[in-house]
Amino acid sequence: MALDLGVFCKNTLDGEVVDHCFSALFGLGQNADPSYLDWLLKAWGWTLAVAGLGLAIALVLGAVMGTLRTLPQDSSLNKWLVRSSTAWVELFRNIPILVQVFLWYHVIPAFIPPLKAFPSYWLVSIALGFFTSARIAEQVRAGIQALPSGQCAAATALGLTTVQSYRYVILPMALRIVIPPLTSESMNLIKNSSVAFAVSVPELTLFAMQAQEETSHGVEIYLAVTLLYALSAFAVNRAMAFVEKRSRIPGFIAPTNDAGAH
Amino acid sequence: MLSLDLSFYNWELFTNYILKGFLFSVQLTVFATVGGIILGTFLALMRLSGKPSLAYPAIFYVNTMRSIPLVMVILWLFLLIPMLIGKPIGADLSATITFIAFEAAFFSEIVRAGIQSVPRGQGFAAEALGMTYGQNMRFIVLPQAFRNMIPVFMTQTIILFQDTSLVYAIGAYDLLKGFEIAGKNYGRPIETYILAAATYFVICFSLSKIVRRIQAKVAIIR
Repeated sequence: MALDLGVFCKNTLDGEVVDHCFSALFGLGQNADPSYLDWLLKAWGWTLAVAGLGLAIALVLGAVMGTLRTLPQDSSLNKWLVRSSTAWVELFRNIPILVQVFLWYHVIPAFIPPLKAFPSYWLVSIALGFFTSARIAEQVRAGIQALPSGQCAAATALGLTTVQSYRYVILPMALRIVIPPLTSESMNLIKNSSVAFAVSVPELTLFAMQAQEETSHGVEIYLAVTLLYALSAFAVNRAMAFVEKRSRIPGFIAPTNDAGAH
Repeated sequence: MLSLDLSFYNWELFTNYILKGFLFSVQLTVFATVGGIILGTFLALMRLSGKPSLAYPAIFYVNTMRSIPLVMVILWLFLLIPMLIGKPIGADLSATITFIAFEAAFFSEIVRAGIQSVPRGQGFAAEALGMTYGQNMRFIVLPQAFRNMIPVFMTQTIILFQDTSLVYAIGAYDLLKGFEIAGKNYGRPIETYILAAATYFVICFSLSKIVRRIQAKVAIIR
């Protein structure tokens, strides 16, 4: 089975080979007929945009919800916060991502009319962000609970309020501990962004489905799309490894290593 | 505020549209779980065998399946299986094969973790008693590993049930598609999507509560 990689240099309008395959990308050339390569790269950009926005939402919301789940339940406000964040996590973990995308795209704009003014890919990013935030909340909660209990007690003994002890003692260590699980969640989010095809966001999976129908060179198209997904996930992995290296605290190896911790 | 018309929530809605999709989703989940565990156990044993000729293909397969989106795997196999067997294949059968192949990678990681959680002294004692590798696995290690891994298997099954909604990509008639078609036929997409979300939530939430209860009972006391 021979692969015809020349399909990428074909015109999307009539299937003829484009004059300048590589130099005419993004409409830079003279006869800028859109080729499949052009379409592929634009679709990759859409995937990264959807995933990037979703990741930003997920990290912020997930960290907040995970922290709220670990609050000491000594006041009625705290009890209510713990119960709400638990409800949030359970709600967004038990509904499939595709159903959540449909909800955000079709159902919720009917209830909240201002959402109808949003571009459609923002709604998909919100759906992805909320779905992943539930999983990140669980990781953050596990990270906070992995800290030795002496840290909390020492913070209270020093007279820090709850907010101060979270801000200065608990969260700096816990967020560093959870960077590896956050890396795998970020890679999962890149993969989950593929569900945006269901609401016609022009990202990689929709490109794969449409280009395969148009050209019947399914193997080459799917190979390119798969490679780009793997490349994106790898890039996210390396980026998070860079973040971990830059945020590492010298001399602090593991949270339970009390010989080095204070 | 939008007013919802829930008057069409009745038994006919269920039997005409949703039951068929629900049965397909459940069937897909069951086949993928059973097939995935069997194939996943083989993959885990290949990976732990210590022979590079067995380990490297297993590692390559698992890493590939874990790095591509599930929708792409569904599309790939929907394209490749007819190419390989020479005749067209229905979306249902393609979805079943895809899910077994995909979940095998995840189950193999779980089984591998389970096998490695059994104390190594057990394997040494089996060797001292003169058991072969196969007898060691079959009578000593795998029973203990599987008992440890039952809650994780069940959690993975719940995730699998949620992922079956992705067969939307190839048009298979699963639970979500049933709700969507019902919404189009009754002209009320909003109410049916809400009902779909509520159904998935109730099923997955109760199953995860059951898993938590079983987790306490199944844990091996050391």
